[in-house]
Amino acid sequence: MFEPWTVIGLGLFTGFAFGFLLQKSGLTKYEVIVNQFRLKDFTVLKMMLTAIVVGGVGVWFLHDQGLAQLSVKPALLVANVGGGLIFGVGMVLLGLCPGTAVAALGERNRRALAGILGMFVGALIQAETYGMLAGLARSVDLGPLTWPKLLGVSPGGLLAGLTFASVVLFIGLEVWERRRMSDNTPKLPPQPATLIERVSVGS
Amino acid sequence: MNPFRMKHWSPYVVGALLGLLTWFTFGVAHKALGVSTNFSQAVRLVEEAVAPEHAKGVAYFADYKVPKAIGWEAAIFVGLIVGVAVSAWLSKDQSGAQLPELWVQRFGPSRWKAYGLAFLGGAILIYGARLAGGCTSGHGISGSLQLAVSSWVFFLSLFVSGVATAFVLFRKGA
Repeated sequence: MFEPWTVIGLGLFTGFAFGFLLQKSGLTKYEVIVNQFRLKDFTVLKMMLTAIVVGGVGVWFLHDQGLAQLSVKPALLVANVGGGLIFGVGMVLLGLCPGTAVAALGERNRRALAGILGMFVGALIQAETYGMLAGLARSVDLGPLTWPKLLGVSPGGLLAGLTFASVVLFIGLEVWERRRMSDNTPKLPPQPATLIERVSVGS
Repeated sequence: MNPFRMKHWSPYVVGALLGLLTWFTFGVAHKALGVSTNFSQAVRLVEEAVAPEHAKGVAYFADYKVPKAIGWEAAIFVGLIVGVAVSAWLSKDQSGAQLPELWVQRFGPSRWKAYGLAFLGGAILIYGARLAGGCTSGHGISGSLQLAVSSWVFFLSLFVSGVATAFVLFRKGA
């Protein structure tokens, strides 16, 4: 019925730290999530990609040393793509994902509570309708496949590439955001001089 | 200023610390960070208690190895709420209790409309997560850092779908 108390204790600590970090990052807020998908605020992408790179380097190192076991979910590609497409619609409507919605309960967020009640109902509907979809969902099953195995490259090499690409992306995002901000800051009422300038620049 | 009392940390700092946390979950707890299995587990335990014969026929529980023993993810569920509450309390951030400004701008001030659509959104997203085998935590973070093909495919699909949905919901004149 219950896992050992040590597991529950470690889970409580993990959840606490995860929640604390999510709250500090702003990911428990509707605007931050929705504006990521509107491509106006890249907090979610910056946070997740950093976590993936830092986490990946450490976890693969621990794995190499025999200190950590991986648990890779099977590549059921139809289920992964279909599930992802469905998930995206719900995530924008709610403006939270499962983790951030549970977290937002700690901010007494009632929309999050409504969303979580919806998640229990959605999980029930999913379990009950899975039988009809199982054939389709499992039609492409590549097992617990990783990119290094698929591409025939070393995990270290791939992580190095991912780290480099992330740093380049982050620098690009910061430059772009700073430029956009300086474009948007002078929101003074249009004065004759600026109007003339705009016309002459525009033409 | 005491960082614990700050309302906002850089996403890079938070991301790096979250990365460190995954070293801990994999290296010490020997578990992966995840949240959405909780909901399938709740469904399984309730069905097995209320309608055990029916539950035996639900292929999903066996196919996706929904755990029977309550523990790791349920503890994360509880810990998450406490962690957020403590962080919000330390920084005196009380904005979470109101309807979001952007929501009111787009969908109006009705509380019941907000709760109804949030309920619908939650139901839709968990359907997708459980079909795919994980959410933004289990696939998005734990799976992606393991360089799992399933997780990156899920992540990319949800991103494309989310951008398209946001484009439709927030298009000019909508």
